[in-house]
Amino acid sequence: MSTLVKPYGDTMNDGKVQLSFTLPVEWSEAADEAARQLVAKMGFGDVQVVEGRRIADGFSFFVVYAATPQSIDVESIKAPSARSHAMSMEEVDSFVSERIGRKIRIAGACIGTDAHTVGIDAILNMKGYKGDYGLERYHMFETHNLGSQIAVEDLVRFAKDRGIDALLASQVVTQKGSDIKNFTELAELLEAEGLRDRVVLICGGPRVTNLMASELGYDAGFGRGTLPSEVAAFVAVTLADRAKAQTREKVTGRPGV
Amino acid sequence: MELQVDRASIDRCRESAAAIVAPVEEFIAGHSTVSVERAVLRLLGVDGVGPDEIPLPNLIVDSISAHERRAGVALPFGKALAETGLDPAALGEAIGAGQYRLADFSATPDAAAIGALRPHVEAALAHIRGRREERRSMLGRLPQLPPPLLYVIVASGNIYEDRTAAVAASEAGAQVIAVIRSTGQSLLDFVPFGPTTEGFGGTYATQANFRIMRAALDEVSEKLGRYVMLTNYASGLCMPEIATMAAIERLDMLLNDSMYGILFRDINMKRTFVDQHFSRMLNAYSGIIINTGEDNYLTTADAVEQAPAVLASQFINEEFAHRAGMPDEQIGLGDAYEINPDLTDGFLYQLAQAQLARQIFPNAPLKYMPPTKHMTGDIFKGHLIDALFNLTSVMTGQTIHLCGMLTEAIHTPFLGDRVLSIENARYIMNTARHFGDEIVFRPGGVIERRAQDVLAGCEVLLERVASMGLMHAIDAALFADVKRSPDGGRGFDGVFERGENYYNPFEDALRSSTVRSARDDKVTA
Repeated sequence: MSTLVKPYGDTMNDGKVQLSFTLPVEWSEAADEAARQLVAKMGFGDVQVVEGRRIADGFSFFVVYAATPQSIDVESIKAPSARSHAMSMEEVDSFVSERIGRKIRIAGACIGTDAHTVGIDAILNMKGYKGDYGLERYHMFETHNLGSQIAVEDLVRFAKDRGIDALLASQVVTQKGSDIKNFTELAELLEAEGLRDRVVLICGGPRVTNLMASELGYDAGFGRGTLPSEVAAFVAVTLADRAKAQTREKVTGRPGV
Repeated sequence: MELQVDRASIDRCRESAAAIVAPVEEFIAGHSTVSVERAVLRLLGVDGVGPDEIPLPNLIVDSISAHERRAGVALPFGKALAETGLDPAALGEAIGAGQYRLADFSATPDAAAIGALRPHVEAALAHIRGRREERRSMLGRLPQLPPPLLYVIVASGNIYEDRTAAVAASEAGAQVIAVIRSTGQSLLDFVPFGPTTEGFGGTYATQANFRIMRAALDEVSEKLGRYVMLTNYASGLCMPEIATMAAIERLDMLLNDSMYGILFRDINMKRTFVDQHFSRMLNAYSGIIINTGEDNYLTTADAVEQAPAVLASQFINEEFAHRAGMPDEQIGLGDAYEINPDLTDGFLYQLAQAQLARQIFPNAPLKYMPPTKHMTGDIFKGHLIDALFNLTSVMTGQTIHLCGMLTEAIHTPFLGDRVLSIENARYIMNTARHFGDEIVFRPGGVIERRAQDVLAGCEVLLERVASMGLMHAIDAALFADVKRSPDGGRGFDGVFERGENYYNPFEDALRSSTVRSARDDKVTA
């Protein structure tokens, strides 16, 4: 069954949206009209330029309300979440000792030139985030926070040398697609080194979505507001599932995983 | 609006800060770094790049053996000046082209080197004094709006786009423009050369980029009838060199923290301590206001818990800066509005901390940083949090006010974001301009008690650091929960002990001229 929806202003299906933008033109009444026509060309109806003014030499700012004729079938949208395995720190620790039977080795870093460790620190540092302890505090995780500006080559070498089970790559800076480029490089290098299937590969950052992560070949992506326990639970469950699958297939030669 | 706080405790904090910094200063006096030596060459006029785009200052300093560099680069370079009769720029080019090696001139007497250097040292210092005088005269002719000085960043990666953004922001009311550096730059052990049009999360700090932006801001300053300041970032592996470039190109402020690189960029602590000292001596001489980076403590840890550490860092930064010859008027100590917006009475705590810093450092041009950590994609809420930050700033008389961006958590600011942010600040600071003068804090109330607690916590922390020694305290993760060892981190191989014959012609000249005319060219008209 399809459920078509439109933006809701104050009446069902009125389709009302708000937009604001800058045009590189000196303000005039013609500039207001240009803004209106531009929004109309975007496909909106009932366009009202409610604010238009000069903000600098050669630049004008507009606030516009308009109605979209478009609608969307929400039921048809798939965006699987990686945050569905709700477990507390204690639950994760006992899950790991029962199902995996050894510590999970996890490494995280801000890759490329990104120096903003706020995300990776929130997940890994003892202190954690919003009262949810970081992975360093978990008994059943051996956690390595490599910090900022780590080259993907170094992260992959580290994973190889230390037999890392799960890798967390963080990107806060997204300018000119640098995050996508770095995430892609990491996934490709792991593949080239034959390590991709051995690790749970996770990306994180304020602009990361789980959907984007799966498109990049990651096992999961965690965006803003993620709690450390959500990442820990995902890693634990994924590793346990893989171990189970491998036991079923009687795959040997990779002790411990 | 005055908080009742324990003056004796403030005095004890300053005593502890002095006890913390004194042994580090002894270490600094006995050491130099490759970046200090490269700054000496840059001051003399060496610039440009050699083969493989290696900057000439790097190429020359790296050509000296580890043993010989203990004398500093000035003597061997001065000998080559004496023998070749070239000026420093031409000599630098010739060495870059492989025509000379400094080792060819080792037999030349030191006295000849010192004599050959002297006119170039004097010319460099005269140039810097000239730029300082230029600033003073422009500030007189083109007075700034009253503080808080509205400070915005530009960060497109392309210096020419940055220029457009900077001019637009100035017209909207910005009084200080910061060009954020490309994210990797603090860890580069060289300064890139020439105008740049690509960078990530920012634009490379190069001397050419400084010059392009300065020219654009001078032009818009004349047009607006008020001086627009320019700032950049020294912290990193090249503090002395960036301080040099900033002095030459008349930047007005520089981010320059005595511990930021150690804690937040894993730069070796010895390297940072030596580098910050020489760079601050230069900043002092060139009339540049430093901005310290205490806000970083708050973005990585809880702002309520970290308040004593912020204050402790302010005391330490102040002490380091005084010892580099900086007057209070050039010490822009940092703080930030980073308390979780969900915390009941969080605004009261922010007010307490901002006012406490104002009272403890009455002559310092305090730098107040906007909320970043708790900003989200909800730009509407973000704009509101910024409004309370703006109110705190104007109430407590902060001097340098980094405008918060409603899109802080989303992207480097759009041109329109910057204007909305400046309009927010102008509205609040105008409508509440004298609010702080009209109210008093309830004695013994929440705000006053909070300020007293922060000060007490700071005193205890500083005492602990003093008893351990600063390097050991950092090794024991007393700051920002970050542990750094004295010989670990980046850039340690660029630190060396000074030989008995160490010679740095700028150091003596800078030292003898400290705390001079700073009060004459105060930033605010």
